[in-house]
Amino acid sequence: MSSSVGIVSAQRASFNTPLQCKSGGVLPRYDLVYETYGTLNADKSNAILVCHALSGHHHVAGYYADDEKNIGWWDNMIGPGKPVDTNKFFVIGLNNLGGCHGSTGPSSIDPASGKPYGSDFPMVTVEDWVESQARLADLLGIRRFAAVMGGSLGGMQAMQWAISHPDRVRHVLAIATAPCLTTENIAFNDVARNAILTDPDFHGGDFYQHGVVPTRGLRLARMLGHITYLSDDAMAGKFGRGLRSGDYKYGYDIEFEVESYLRYQGDKFAAYFDANTYLLMTKALDYFDPARHSERNLAAAFMPVRAGFLVLSFSSDWRFSPQRSREIVKALLHNKRDVSYAEIQSRHGHDSFLMQDEQYFAAMRNYLNRVAKECQ
Amino acid sequence: MTASLLQLRPDFAAIAAWTPAGTSVLDLGCGDGSLLDYLKTERSVRGYGVEIDDKNILRCIERGVNVIQSNLDEGLSGFDSGAFDFVILSQTLQATRHTEKLVREMLRVGREGIVSFPNFGYWKNRLQILRGHMPVSDELPYQWYDTPNVHLCTLRDFEKLCDDMGIRILDQRVITGGHEVALLPNLLGSTAVYRIRRGC
Repeated sequence: MSSSVGIVSAQRASFNTPLQCKSGGVLPRYDLVYETYGTLNADKSNAILVCHALSGHHHVAGYYADDEKNIGWWDNMIGPGKPVDTNKFFVIGLNNLGGCHGSTGPSSIDPASGKPYGSDFPMVTVEDWVESQARLADLLGIRRFAAVMGGSLGGMQAMQWAISHPDRVRHVLAIATAPCLTTENIAFNDVARNAILTDPDFHGGDFYQHGVVPTRGLRLARMLGHITYLSDDAMAGKFGRGLRSGDYKYGYDIEFEVESYLRYQGDKFAAYFDANTYLLMTKALDYFDPARHSERNLAAAFMPVRAGFLVLSFSSDWRFSPQRSREIVKALLHNKRDVSYAEIQSRHGHDSFLMQDEQYFAAMRNYLNRVAKECQ
Repeated sequence: MTASLLQLRPDFAAIAAWTPAGTSVLDLGCGDGSLLDYLKTERSVRGYGVEIDDKNILRCIERGVNVIQSNLDEGLSGFDSGAFDFVILSQTLQATRHTEKLVREMLRVGREGIVSFPNFGYWKNRLQILRGHMPVSDELPYQWYDTPNVHLCTLRDFEKLCDDMGIRILDQRVITGGHEVALLPNLLGSTAVYRIRRGC
């Protein structure tokens, strides 16, 4: 029987060693918020790090005592008896640096100025995140992770872990991810960023002082992003050409069901997400490209990797297509690393990695059962 | 376990005998991963399987066998040339659509190829055809209307294909009921295993 990890609470870790970012910026001190589920075993060998994607955070599983409806974003995957079984593993979820859910980010107060960082917050990359996560692992006494896992941008972090810290990762579960973004992906991100950057309420990133939020830009960015996370099939299946009032109104108000859905998603997102965080996350996506330092040869970039890999893609995911996952597999094969790859048949597009699916979950479960045996 | 497995898949012993310890293999159409598991345990062989079926993928992952989900009929473009010591096509040849292309591909990716297949020329198969029916047996357990086998062949057919493609046959085992067949192999052998490589 699988169930929820139950009531969870976030923890905060403060770091006073300056973090030198790839962009040249420096964070003299920073906080990371995180949650843990399950029990760390005596030799601290059963820890799994869950890296989040663009809009994710540290609240990965379970719910809060004072807000039972606030269920973790990957709760279907993680819990007692679930594919990531918290009876076996000690699971860590954190909010990445630059985030807006408690870890130090552009909306946090800069102790040096007493004002929100805003435009002063340094650009952070996947490599910087991995360094900050490694410091959290140090703090928790975890020398080597049983696995580092994530979907999309989270999968990029998991891969970077295996490159940057080969001796600290036994396994990587890289889901619906890619060795770098496609041109088209960067283009989508740029449109989303432009929506925010050109919003008059953005104020060059320092909108906090003006008491405004670039809501219009943020919701447009989210609406666009949301379309690309779904598949044409999934949207057609969910909304078709359905009309809210049953007939054409010949106006610009919400008419089609899909418009209603997108605007709702955009509004919901703009109400809680920080515009600067959105910009940072999309840039981190654009910049991630391990082959950049090895003349575009991914196999060469993967040379330090020691971890075993489970690579999963989804048939209808056109933003991080199966072809991109096969590039990862090929580079691992070239380095004679242990790797298994499955292409999950799913119609939900990129969002499939967040959905419950029999084949997907069984692949995760079977792989992690092997990992659990290794770590005992 | 091993004894019953060998009974079930008599070609495994021949394949294991040809793959020295520590070599690398790619098993095309690896099914539930039992051959790779066997080679890993018995011969410390480092291997990967290619498989298309969802259930088989799960069983490979479950037993800790590296498996890549892929359609063999789409070629082996995901694998570098010369990446493996051996590329194995165990009881899969007859179910591939672009058989000639795949054989060429396996000898690009592997230094040597090992191919096993049910011998359509086995006397029991011939007898069933003489009686007016498509053969059904332990090696060919399907009815004509539900078989995945689209390219069945005899030993002689396979040898001719190798000849036509300039492929060298390095070794050959013919097996019936777990025993090697020396006499009239194309008539008396139910399963054939060939070790091949590109001709010079």
